Amino acid sequence: MITLNWVLIFSAALFSIGLFGVLARRNAVAILMGIELMLNAVNVNLVGFWRFSNPAVITGQAFAVIVFAVAAAEVAVGLALVISIYRRRKTIAADDIDLMKW
Amino acid sequence: MSDPINLIANWLQGLLLGLGLSVGLTKIILSFVGAVVVATIGMLTVIFLIWLERKIAGRIQDRLGPNRAGPYGLLQPFADVIKILTKEYTTPDGADVVVYNIAPIMAVASVLLIWAVIPFASTVVGTNLNVGVLYIMAVGAFGLLSILMAGLSSNNKFALLGAFRSVAQLISYEIPMVVSLLMPVIFARSMGLVDIVEAQMPWFIILSPLAALIFIIASMAEVNRAPFDLMEAESEIVAGFHIEYSGMKFGMFYVGEFLHVFTVGALVATLFLGGWRGPWAEQYPILGLIYFYIKTFVGYFIVAWVRLTVPRIRIDQMLDFNWKFLTPLSLVLLIITAVLDRVLVLVNSERWVYSLVMFLANILIIWATVEVLKKTTSKPKRKEFPMRPVAMAPETSTSTEPSS
Amino acid sequence: MTGMDSLFLIFAVITLISAFLVVTTKNLFHAALWLIMTLFGVAAIYVLLNAFYLAVIQVIVYIGAIAILMIFAIMLTQRVMNPSGRIFNKNWIIAALLGAFMFIGLVIISMQTGASKTTLPQISGQLDTVSELGQALVSPNAYVIPFEVASVLLLAALIGAIFVSRKR
Repeated sequence: MITLNWVLIFSAALFSIGLFGVLARRNAVAILMGIELMLNAVNVNLVGFWRFSNPAVITGQAFAVIVFAVAAAEVAVGLALVISIYRRRKTIAADDIDLMKW
Repeated sequence: MSDPINLIANWLQGLLLGLGLSVGLTKIILSFVGAVVVATIGMLTVIFLIWLERKIAGRIQDRLGPNRAGPYGLLQPFADVIKILTKEYTTPDGADVVVYNIAPIMAVASVLLIWAVIPFASTVVGTNLNVGVLYIMAVGAFGLLSILMAGLSSNNKFALLGAFRSVAQLISYEIPMVVSLLMPVIFARSMGLVDIVEAQMPWFIILSPLAALIFIIASMAEVNRAPFDLMEAESEIVAGFHIEYSGMKFGMFYVGEFLHVFTVGALVATLFLGGWRGPWAEQYPILGLIYFYIKTFVGYFIVAWVRLTVPRIRIDQMLDFNWKFLTPLSLVLLIITAVLDRVLVLVNSERWVYSLVMFLANILIIWATVEVLKKTTSKPKRKEFPMRPVAMAPETSTSTEPSS
Repeated sequence: MTGMDSLFLIFAVITLISAFLVVTTKNLFHAALWLIMTLFGVAAIYVLLNAFYLAVIQVIVYIGAIAILMIFAIMLTQRVMNPSGRIFNKNWIIAALLGAFMFIGLVIISMQTGASKTTLPQISGQLDTVSELGQALVSPNAYVIPFEVASVLLLAALIGAIFVSRKR
């Protein structure tokens, strides 16, 4: 029988994969993809808690909707930054963008 | 015998249960059978549509259209299909093979998925999703994706340009389309297509003709039909995203496009023309199916008619038309409709008063729009060229040499 | 093992495999397509958990907008067909270890709570989550303030994105 734990473990795995992507990839767009995976894991968690606690209380879904809006905003600004960086420096590899490093 | 489709379904269910299958498995098998039947009917309709479109095109352009194969040229599409099936499949050098081959399948699947939520008759409906209208938009995303995949995987600059244009066009026109879809949702108090059809007393095209108009225009852009067929503009980028496809792979895109236009007709019929509603459709569901098909063909004919009448627009005109005209107009319409709806519900008006006020509000918006457009649009500036004689007498030509 | 259990497992496995491919595929265009597969798998999980509205919104917002935008950015910033250079930076081993520890820690925490015993409660037939959600998002007693803040955030992101990416 499906329990809340299944959903939590699934979302933990998704979150960890996303975290690995964010920390290890060089390409800035790939890093954004990792962040999307992490946000999705959060949403799966919220929906899981909503479904398994009391479906009549809509809180989990409402929070998930807010997360959608935040994810859309994050991607719009993130991709705009990536394109802006690409225009100036002709690269989007995250470890080549090291002007602030000493 | 008033409802043969459910009769057959019940008979099939009894047969499967009699064979000793469990109830759940029977349900799954019946769903699959239903999906296969709907998909097959859709594909077969396309064969007829290709003939119909060529006939309409012929008549509008003062020709006869196909008239050689079979009576009235009815067998022409079959000949086309056989021809296209025997063509060689080519894969371009450097193509992304897997993505390249998935794209045409997705193009057809994205259209067929819409048919899952459309109510064909009062008793014949795939599934009554309570988010049906949003589902239609969600499925549209896959069509966009298939075009992008085809354009990117073909390793061809024209295909890539076509994909670029398609993203710009489809993402822009999604906005007025969604907003115009909200009008039936407001009237019906539900996003399920079954509820929307049942609430259409009178038809929603009377309550909101402007929303229907915006929806049809935006849908035309979504299906890449002229005047919005920029992404496959033959004179500019050869054929756009499907330039590298041959044989049946190209045929899939072709089928997908025709089926999409037909689906737009079905959506117009469902959302604005009352779906299966008509005299005696409640008692005899099979009549509802016939009404639905007639209304769908009306919607289809309008799209084909516009395609054959209006020339292709430029890409900057396409974007200007959406962002500076359709989107603001649809937003104004949405605000006015929502406020009026709230007020009319608060004062407990009769259904006919509600319909009349909505209709008048729409007419008022149309009139105001036309007036604003008359005031603000400037005539496109024509560059004046100095008159130059085409031919000149030889003795004067040395003094007035045209400097090209 | 009921039908729903096996469906959940199938979709979870598909989603996780494609998520793994998202972060390890060299060709970014393919990674974006795997990302779409992952997002679709998550939408299927939402359907299994009876959150139909969120599933549809997931497809519209993530696949229809975010993934398409990402493919667009990839087209603009990289030669798609012949990717060059390394995939990972030099800290990737530490990142992998961190991810693994994160996963193990989260699993241990979820094991210690009562989550492994919480089973699915029945959803009553007349509960219409879509209209409930719609009313909750605009009612002053519930979530109207987060909702409005989210709309301000979207507006700010819109203006910010245009400002940052325009040509100077």
